[in-house]
Parts: sequence; structure tokens; C-alpha cells
Amino acid sequence: MDIATFAFAALYQFADAFAFLVLSACGLAVIFGMMGVINLAHGEFIMCGAYVTATAVHAGLPLPLAILAGALVSAVVGMLVEFVVVRHLYERPLDTIVATWGLSLIATQGTLIVIGSTMAGVGTPFGSFQVGAYSYSIYRIVLFLAALGVLGSLYALFNWTSFGVKARATIQVPHMADALGVDTRWIYSLTFACGAGLAGLAGGLYAPTMTLVPTMGATFLMEAFVTVVIGGADVFLGTAPAAAVLAVVKSVMTSWQGQLFGQIGLLVAVIIVVRVLPKGISGFLLRERT
Amino acid sequence: MTGTVLRGLHAAVLTGTLVLASGVALAAEKPIKLGVLEDQSGDFAVATIGKVHAIQLAADEINKAGGIMGRPLELVVYDTQSDNTRYQEFMRRVLQKDKADAVFAGFSSASREAYRPIVDQLNGFAFYNNQYEGGVCDGHMIVTGAVPEQQFSTLIPWMMEKYGKKVYTLAADYNFGQISAEWVRNIVKQNGGEMVGEEFIPLGVSQFSQSIQNIQKAKPDFIVTLLVGTAQASYYEQAASANVNLPMASSVNVGQGYEHKRFKPPSLKDMYVTTNYIEEIDSPKSKEFVAKFKAKFPNEPYINQEAENSYLAVYLYKQMVERAKSTKRDDIRKVIAQGDVCMDAPEGKVCIDPKSQHMSHTIYLAHVNADHSIDFPKVWPDIKPYWLGDAGCDLTKKDPMAQYTPSNPPPK
Repeated sequence: MDIATFAFAALYQFADAFAFLVLSACGLAVIFGMMGVINLAHGEFIMCGAYVTATAVHAGLPLPLAILAGALVSAVVGMLVEFVVVRHLYERPLDTIVATWGLSLIATQGTLIVIGSTMAGVGTPFGSFQVGAYSYSIYRIVLFLAALGVLGSLYALFNWTSFGVKARATIQVPHMADALGVDTRWIYSLTFACGAGLAGLAGGLYAPTMTLVPTMGATFLMEAFVTVVIGGADVFLGTAPAAAVLAVVKSVMTSWQGQLFGQIGLLVAVIIVVRVLPKGISGFLLRERT
Repeated sequence: MTGTVLRGLHAAVLTGTLVLASGVALAAEKPIKLGVLEDQSGDFAVATIGKVHAIQLAADEINKAGGIMGRPLELVVYDTQSDNTRYQEFMRRVLQKDKADAVFAGFSSASREAYRPIVDQLNGFAFYNNQYEGGVCDGHMIVTGAVPEQQFSTLIPWMMEKYGKKVYTLAADYNFGQISAEWVRNIVKQNGGEMVGEEFIPLGVSQFSQSIQNIQKAKPDFIVTLLVGTAQASYYEQAASANVNLPMASSVNVGQGYEHKRFKPPSLKDMYVTTNYIEEIDSPKSKEFVAKFKAKFPNEPYINQEAENSYLAVYLYKQMVERAKSTKRDDIRKVIAQGDVCMDAPEGKVCIDPKSQHMSHTIYLAHVNADHSIDFPKVWPDIKPYWLGDAGCDLTKKDPMAQYTPSNPPPK
């Protein structure tokens, strides 16, 4: 095997793992990082996005629009959940874990009862391309670009828009932001919706590549939590570098010894990082900066 | 606290219990209780809801025709939620509290091995109506599913002859996948082939880019896919979109999770599966079964091999009880020891092997076309579950209550 083929293969696997980690984690990171709420129903927002996307495609919508629809519906559902459940528990962060876990159980079993144990898939678009001895799926490159796009848009949203400024103010000193006329409840609600929408987007993007079942969200959870734990509370300084580090660990370990070792690698990385950097990568970076 | 939980459980049992008695005369007799422990929710539900329906269908038919020895068949159904600890809880419950005469239980091998010691300990009687990795030599169990010597000793040599001798195995990383992979390895070797790679995938993994690349690197002639659960099933779509384009051989797909119906064509193109039943089988018996099933459960997505196994197991149980004139396990095993417990099932004729209490099957080679239609390039009638008996398991003489594998055979 020549070096170019090998390099591309390694790069592709890195990009693929990076995309999966970023997309599955960023919704969780927004809700946890900005609001301190640990959302155990994260996987179910992903499932919601995937199901809506598949339904929209079956109804004749083109795939990109269907994915957007999936993200939007998840965001709306997220807003509803915030309004009905999470809002009343901001003072009791540990209880939000139980509440969102309960929601996740209800959502999984509810979907099973209402829609059934499985849903017809969508089929991966774009086909494949060949580099050296290997063929690759083009859609996986699209996923990588989507992950970069999500990171870029989040950065723009929280740094360059008035919503972003208000959101950051609310997160830093809620009562001060309140005193200055920011509707903090509304900001919390929008932030939660944003996180849920990102989860829905991840579901929509991965819907064409996966089996659609009510429990599909669970397959994203391990990677999502690992990334958020390693990244720490800041979405940009945390999630992106954490995903990059973990993607290297995962793709190297998997190509060396198979999937089992890829997973072991992720978990060992978490243990090491939590031990060395208790506040995650972003905590480390922010401390260095100040 | 415990009281509330128990009351809640009790309510759940009442709703879960289906009394299928019909006719006044039947209701007077004490019913025969059949425990049904199957996953109606969770990761395995796709493949197992049909088993519950098949048992209900058979029980209905039997009760309409007068029950078993004039006694109605009563089902006690629990949802085991694809969770091994649920199996243990409900197995205790169904044997101790509900006092079921026999229990139909289990999809994954992990769940079977979770409940089997309880059946042994409480001296119960269980049917495992699932294809699996083989080797359970236990007088408390009857296995109606197909085993590796039935599925792989037919499939792998056929594939090697058609496609070539270089084989790559992709298997789920638990007892089923590991032991099945061992079977594949041995059969490939016996037939002069070469294993160019093997990878075990933890349950719940859904992303396969790197595995796909590992396969392409090894350049096999075909892949043996022993992937289990809905998450792992994502492999096919991802392999198709990466244009792997290799024929696949499997003992679990199509016949269990009807992936050819659920996935968009052509992701399962050129998959070959050995199964003892699927609804596409074009025989009068099979068509009659499908028609009856669809009449009772019009929304059933698919009738898989486990549904047929479960259906025929109810009739086998009826036959054995009537011949033994008893529901006691020892009496029933005396009937099995005669070696002629057979029936005409939807798949064809099946018999219980007295040595291992496993079943002979008609094995169909199902081939998935590019449009996901099925054809059957080959049918092997009356394939026996020979391995356990040959290896030295003889339940008519001794009951070791153990599971053996080719690398860990019964002690001589």
C-alpha cells in the first residue's frame, strides 16, 4: 500500500470519527455547557430527528430539507420539554437527570408502541468513490463537512448575534442579565431548543446510514457523553478539541485492534483526562488564558 | 413500598395474562399454563414480537379444537424488555408464582444463559425457540431453533464453492458471535479455505467505517456477517454506501430481523442466509401458515424463523403432553426418548433428537437479490442437529445441564 492511500485512509477515518463525535455531542454540550442541565433524553432527541427525517423523505421531501425538518421538530419538542419539565427544575440540577431519564424511557417506549419496532430506512445518497485499494462513501465526507458547519454556525450564533450575547450574559450572571432587561426564561428556553435541535440534526444526518429503531439514540450516547466530559463546559473550546483528540484515539485503536479496542480507547481516554484535567479540555484552556 | 410495587406487578400480570379458553366444557378443566418470556420492547423487539403472536395463534387454534387433553392452554405473557435481569426475575416468577407447566423463553443467547440456571434450579421445563450457537445439553430445555451444524455446515461449503476460499468474519462480541465464529473457522479450515480476518463488534456499535476499511484491506471472497441487534444492522447500509460489494453469508440476518424488508435496496444484495423458515417459502404448508398468521395479526411486519419455531413448539408440546398423558417433565422426556416426536411444520417435517433435545430442520438457503426479493438456490431437507450427540451429550442417559462448544466438548 502506498503512502498516499494510507494517509487518505487514516484521514478519512479520522474525519468520520470526528464528525460522529461532534454531531452526537454538540447538542448535549450546548445544554450542559450553557445551562448546567445534564440531558439524559439526548438520545431520544436524536431519534426524534431521525424519525422525522425518514418520515419526511418517505413523504417526498428532498433529503436536505427533510434533515432540516428533523432538526426543527426536535427543537420545537425540546422547547416544549423545557417548558413543561426542565424549567421547574433549574434549582435542582440533580433532579433534571432523573426527569430527563424518565422522559427518555417514555419517548423510547412510546415510539415503540405508537410507530412500532422499526421504521423503513432512507438509503444513503451519493454513492462511493475509490482511492487506491479502498472505496469510500461520499456521504461520510458530507457528514464531516456538516460537523464543521455546525461548529462554525454555533460559534457565529453565540459570538456575533444579539441572542448569543444575551445567552452568554444569562449563563454567566443570570440575575444581572435579568436586571438589565434580558428575558432569561426565554433565553433558557431557546438555548434548550437549540441543543435539542442540534441533537435532531445529528439524528437527521445519520438517519440515512442507520437502522431506524426507537432505541437508536442510545448508540450515540456513549460517544456524546465521553466527548462532553472530556471537553468540559465550553462548546467551542471543549467539544471541538475533545472530538479531535478522541477521533484520533478511536480511529487508531479501531484500525489497529478492531471496534472493541476503539471503545476501550475512548473510555481510557476519559479516565485519564478526568484525572489530569478535572474541568475538561476547555477548563484547561480557559485557565491558561486568564 | 414493596407492597405497592407488588400490586403494580400484579396489575401488569393481569393485563399481560391472556386466558384463551373457549367453550364451556374447556373452562371447567384446569388450564395448562404456558409461560411466555419474550422481548416485546428494547433492542431485540423487532425480531421477537412475532414469536409472541405465533404462540398466541397456536394457542388459539389448539383451544378452539378442544385444548390439550381437554384442558385449555393458558398463556402467561411477560415482556422481558431485551434485558437479561428481567429474564431472571420473570423466570422465577413464572415458575414459582404462576406455576407454569412449561415456559417459552428467550431470544439472545445471553438471556438464555441468564435464565437457564434458574430453570435447572427450580426444576422447570423451558423451550428455547431460537436459532443459536448450539451446545446446550440440558434436560430441562428443548431447543426448537437451528444450530451451527445445521446452518454453517450447509452454508459455508456452498459459499466457498461459489465465491472462493478467503473468508472474513464480522461477528457480535458475545457468546453467540464468538461460538458461531469458532464454527465458521473450523468449517472453513476443514474445507481447505483461509480466514483472512475476523472482527468482533461490541453490541450497540453502529458506526462501521473502520471495519469496512479493514475488510477491504483483507480482500476476502465473501464476508460472514454474524451481527446482532438493530444497532449493528447499520453495517449493511454503510457497507453498501462504501461500495464494498462482496457477497455475505449469515445465519442470523433475514430469517430473524427481516433486514431485506426494512432496509432500502440494494444494501443486502447478495446476502446468503441459511434459515429453517421465512415467510417467502413457497410451499402449500408455508402459505397456509402465513395466511392464518396474517388473518389473526394483519399488521405483522414479517413472519420470521423464530415465529415458526415458536408456533410449531406449541404443537410439539401438545403432542408430547398428550402422548405422555402428563405435563410432568420426566414423563414428557420419556416420550422424547422414544425418538419419534415429529410433526409436519410449516417448513416441512421436524423431529426432536432425543440425545440433545434439539430439532432436525429443513434448511433453506435464502438469497437476497438486488431488489431485496428472495430466491432459494438450494434446500437441504432433514438436516439433523448432530454435533451434541456425536460429541457425547446423551440426555437419555445423563443430564449435565451445561453448554458445550467445539473447543470445550462434553467430557468423555
